[in-house]
Amino acid sequence: MATELVAINRWRDSELWWSFTQRPSAMFAVILLALVVISSVLAPWITPQNPYDLASLNLMNSELPPIWLEGGESPYALGTDVQGRDLYSAILYGSRTSLTIGALSVLLALSVGLTLGLIAGYYGGWVDNVLMRLGDVLLSMPFILIAILISAMAAQALPTSVRESLTSMILVVAIAVPSWVQYARTVRASAMVEKSKEYVQAARLIRVRPWRILLKHILPNTLTPIMVAATLNFGLAILSEATLSFLGVGMPSDQPSLGTLIRIGNQYLFSGLWWVVLFPSIQLCLIVLSVNMIGDWLRDALNPKLR
Amino acid sequence: MLAFLLKRLLNAAFVMLAVALLAFMIFRFFGDPVEMMVNEQATQSDRAELRERLGLNDGLLTQYVRFVGNAVQGDFGISYRNQQDVMVLMAERFPATFELVIVATVLSLLIGIPCGVLTAVYQDRKLADGLQLASIVGVSLPSFVVGILLILVFSVTLGWLPAFGRGDTVDIGWWSSGFFTPSGRAALILPSISLSLFQITLVMRLVRAEMLEVLRSDFIKFARARGLPLSVVHWRHALRNCLMPVITLTGMQIGNLIAFALVTETVFQWPGMGLLFIQAVTFVDIPVMAAYLMLVSFIFVLINTLVDITYAYVDPRLRSDASVKGGVANGH
Repeated sequence: MATELVAINRWRDSELWWSFTQRPSAMFAVILLALVVISSVLAPWITPQNPYDLASLNLMNSELPPIWLEGGESPYALGTDVQGRDLYSAILYGSRTSLTIGALSVLLALSVGLTLGLIAGYYGGWVDNVLMRLGDVLLSMPFILIAILISAMAAQALPTSVRESLTSMILVVAIAVPSWVQYARTVRASAMVEKSKEYVQAARLIRVRPWRILLKHILPNTLTPIMVAATLNFGLAILSEATLSFLGVGMPSDQPSLGTLIRIGNQYLFSGLWWVVLFPSIQLCLIVLSVNMIGDWLRDALNPKLR
Repeated sequence: MLAFLLKRLLNAAFVMLAVALLAFMIFRFFGDPVEMMVNEQATQSDRAELRERLGLNDGLLTQYVRFVGNAVQGDFGISYRNQQDVMVLMAERFPATFELVIVATVLSLLIGIPCGVLTAVYQDRKLADGLQLASIVGVSLPSFVVGILLILVFSVTLGWLPAFGRGDTVDIGWWSSGFFTPSGRAALILPSISLSLFQITLVMRLVRAEMLEVLRSDFIKFARARGLPLSVVHWRHALRNCLMPVITLTGMQIGNLIAFALVTETVFQWPGMGLLFIQAVTFVDIPVMAAYLMLVSFIFVLINTLVDITYAYVDPRLRSDASVKGGVANGH
């Protein structure tokens, strides 16, 4: 109990917390993101309908406008789409999919990037050469193009039965592949600097195992820029997933993410059903905006040059 | 300098070979090319003959070398979907994408530079805060959402501008241009705004950062001390010193814009290379996909190499260990 109190006090006195209180946009973003995360976690309990369960959809309720317009009906606060799917439920479930895919792809890219970057920087030699050339090749192709190709190829290669259950995992990989390079380059650079310093040599002399040196002594030196990059990449990953789904190479329309919902809505742009496309778009923008604002704040707050 | 030049060119060639390997593997291992090309009535011997003619029975290395050789000559085979020469298809679509990207680039400079200067100069005023907020909103808005919203407002609700297509085009040789007809120009407006929005914020942020640095330097203080009007100091003396990085960024981003145009082209049904690529993905038309991948990567690598060489030419310090650099902002 006492240690927890100490931890809280330390946090209260920290510069990070102080800069947070000085920055209304960061506070706004954290509250917004918290609301989005909590509501999408609680989605099954606070929505009138499970949008993935086709049996619960009723064509009688299709194309209803939002509740404040004429013709809107009671449980469907934001209206329904052409299949009678409640938009409010679809948006919360869709956010859940989008957030999960975004988070998992950042975690995957982080673990691959940190591991390979540490190995390349610490050992150098041909391992370093091969890994960094691979990174060069990946960076010489546009991010979105790699993600589209991986997603499309994986869908082509897998049998239909497996594909449906794996779509979200394919997307996680498709987004992680072009983004691990950035982390790898960052850690590699600092591993190369740190490995020749005395404390690392001392650790090596007393026979500390290499992986322990890497994880305990070298990795912590680079966590600050990595944290900022990971936050900003989380926003980018959510955007990429939405873009892929919008283009039709992402989540299918029976398990819609926010991007899929926007793609479906886009088909009815000229039929006067503006709410079907507008509300998922707003939700997507709010999520990415809040993540980017938090990332911007972290970058400024953790940048030693700006202190 | 010569050694550096060679090294840089070799590096570019290596990257292109790797991209070609990727394109080759996609072509060779995802779906059987023979099955994709023949119709259902084809007999076993027809298929065997086609397989032989395409050289699919040779060793993989031979096939890869032949693939690269053909690609260098601009031969990417025949589209599975409509039996046309892939390079002809690409050449037909290229002007549409190129004009869109050029207009978006010009827009991003025309809007981004003044906004960047303003946010740097009026650092703690409301206007600067507003523009700064607008820039982070600009980064966060997905470009397809921007496109859809623009269509919703200006086409569906107001009915002012067309929502899809290129309008009428004029042929100048093999190049079809939308610049010379009223409907062609009207059709360019919404797609180019939606494509340039991200680029505008990028330019704006860069100009702001550079301006803040330049404004601290001695020659600016001296210019002020000479009693020059502030507007001259800011817009003539300071801004001129920020333009080099802006030009570099703009050049390097052109590859990204071409790639990202595929999203804009999908939203606006703009008949460019990107739309061709997305349709190829839907129909598993692999020769078209491979050609697009190689073409965009080639433009990417070409521009990056040119920029590196130009920089090394201008700044000799970069010649010694220039391979450490590389990988510039690979936006979204």
